[in-house]
Amino acid sequence: MELVIAAAIGILTASGVWLILRSRTYQLVIGFALLAYAVNLFIFSMGRLRVNAPPVLNGSGPVDVAAYTDPLPQALVLTAIVIGFATTALFLVVLIVSRGLTGSDHVDGREG
Amino acid sequence: MSSAPLHLTIAPILIPLLAGALMLFFDERERRLKTVLSIVSIFSLLGVATSLLMTVHLSGGPLALVYLVGNWPAPVAINLVADRLATVMLVLTAALAFPAILYAMERWDKVGPHFHSLFQFLLVGLNGAFLTGDLFNLFVFFEVMLAASYGLVLHGGGPQRVRSGLHYIAVNLGASLIFLIGIAMVFGATGSLNMAEIALRAESLEGFARPGLHVGLAMLGLAFLIKAGMWPLCHWLVPAYSAAAGPVAAVFAMLSKVGIYSLLRLALLLPGDGAAFGSRVIFIGGAVTLAFASIGLLASQSMKRASAYFILMSSGTLLAAFGISVPGGTAGALFYLLSSTLAISAFFMLVELLEREQDAASGILAVTQEAYGDGEEVEEENQEVGQVMPSALAVLGVGFALLALVLIGLPPLSGFLAKLAILTAVLGPGAGDLGALGARRTVLAILLLVSGLVALVALSRMGIRTFWAPVEPFSPRVTVVEAAPILILLAMLVALTLLAGPVMNLLLATAEDLHHPARYLSAVLGAERVPPYAGGGQ
Repeated sequence: MELVIAAAIGILTASGVWLILRSRTYQLVIGFALLAYAVNLFIFSMGRLRVNAPPVLNGSGPVDVAAYTDPLPQALVLTAIVIGFATTALFLVVLIVSRGLTGSDHVDGREG
Repeated sequence: MSSAPLHLTIAPILIPLLAGALMLFFDERERRLKTVLSIVSIFSLLGVATSLLMTVHLSGGPLALVYLVGNWPAPVAINLVADRLATVMLVLTAALAFPAILYAMERWDKVGPHFHSLFQFLLVGLNGAFLTGDLFNLFVFFEVMLAASYGLVLHGGGPQRVRSGLHYIAVNLGASLIFLIGIAMVFGATGSLNMAEIALRAESLEGFARPGLHVGLAMLGLAFLIKAGMWPLCHWLVPAYSAAAGPVAAVFAMLSKVGIYSLLRLALLLPGDGAAFGSRVIFIGGAVTLAFASIGLLASQSMKRASAYFILMSSGTLLAAFGISVPGGTAGALFYLLSSTLAISAFFMLVELLEREQDAASGILAVTQEAYGDGEEVEEENQEVGQVMPSALAVLGVGFALLALVLIGLPPLSGFLAKLAILTAVLGPGAGDLGALGARRTVLAILLLVSGLVALVALSRMGIRTFWAPVEPFSPRVTVVEAAPILILLAMLVALTLLAGPVMNLLLATAEDLHHPARYLSAVLGAERVPPYAGGGQ
């Protein structure tokens, strides 16, 4: 599973970096979205990968920490997703405004 | 101990948040009400920040007020830490925000929706970033600040702002992702997000965790340096800041200081084998930024671009001075931070008043602006509403000259004192102990003096062109409300000069705290919970 996650993060990052280096604004947005996915997976994997272990403590009785997965990265990912979603939406609006004002979808507002 | 001052710690975040949210309920036509709310919010911020500063500085007790949100025990709770550095930054933010809002009252808050709300949310982000003692909350407050700044940088519209705003947003989205990767790596290595606990655990890391922590910290540093505008990460800054509306640019002068603040906090909290490398990188980067800003300043034709280069110059000076990392130098650099931020903020507003009138004087430019639908021209008829200031050119000229003194670093104003403090720390008596850093000290001293000379050349050229020998004579129509913020900021600079002794004492104490991270650790990790409320029901 480590290999799959690592490959997924790597492929997403590589595609994202390639896309944000392109000159069209739409490619830029998709690039940032892919990079955000890669980063979120990365944060998630920093809590160590565990299978079949719940993140939420079961209240009754003494708690054996080894039986649970780390809940903190999952909470962090949730926050990061929300923030990333909001900023991407805002970025899209700016792109559309820029397209309307300059008549071009080049990131500099003009071809060349 | 009464718990009232403790709860005051969270007020700098809550006040602007409530004020900004409250304003959303009112229509844009209720501008007067929104302005009043803004000003009330900023004045309460100023009061809270000053009282926090007094409590922390004069109490002589513990280093910091630590607020455990939700009253969880110390390393687990999300904490807010109001130590000397944080409260100084809070006071500076509130002191900058008031003139900016006053300036915006005359026309800028009319050219687009939700100016006042966005401004308050920007203050939430700034104050939160200064107060938080938790890495992930630092990210969240950075994002709050950035989201508000995205709205503000576009305030007023026009193709110029949209184009540079697009670059600004793209670069900062990238920086946020790098920030997140850094946080994840630090968490993976140390298992904590609390800055004090990270510093504590960093001592005893073994195996893979150690390089992991170093890479994570390097990523965080990269994200902070993008915000601070270190060369070569600074090319987004000049177009974005010079295109932004006057009051927005004035408060953006504070934005780049957040990066520097975070860097200073984390770098000095985590001394160790990585710190030597880090301080070298920061020093070289700062020196190159200073050189780059000097060249850019000489090359810039418009005064707005020049004022953006002054921001870079200020960042470069601060980074280079922090790269040497002695308490005296840090204190001098903090004094420079206060003085240069106030001066640059005033300079942005002054320059807008001057360039606006020059644009109007050269009719062709005004026509093209109208043709391209630059939002500023819509408000033409409103300009006569305010009371026009008599002999505005003389007032602006004197203001320009005084600000120039501060920015160049000539006596008698605070800019000179700041540079003198830095130079004394690196060259004066007692600096001989820094043998190993000899080359750095020399480079810093030379660059500091040369950049002052460059600023002198650039500013005298600007002053002569604008006031003595303008291409077309012009008499700016400036209302009292527009000139007042500049005068207020100048008064603050004069006050900073007159009170240099007490301020410097405060900053020396701040620098001593920063250079002894054990004090911060014991204050944060030893924070005690508030005892449960005993008088309640049961």
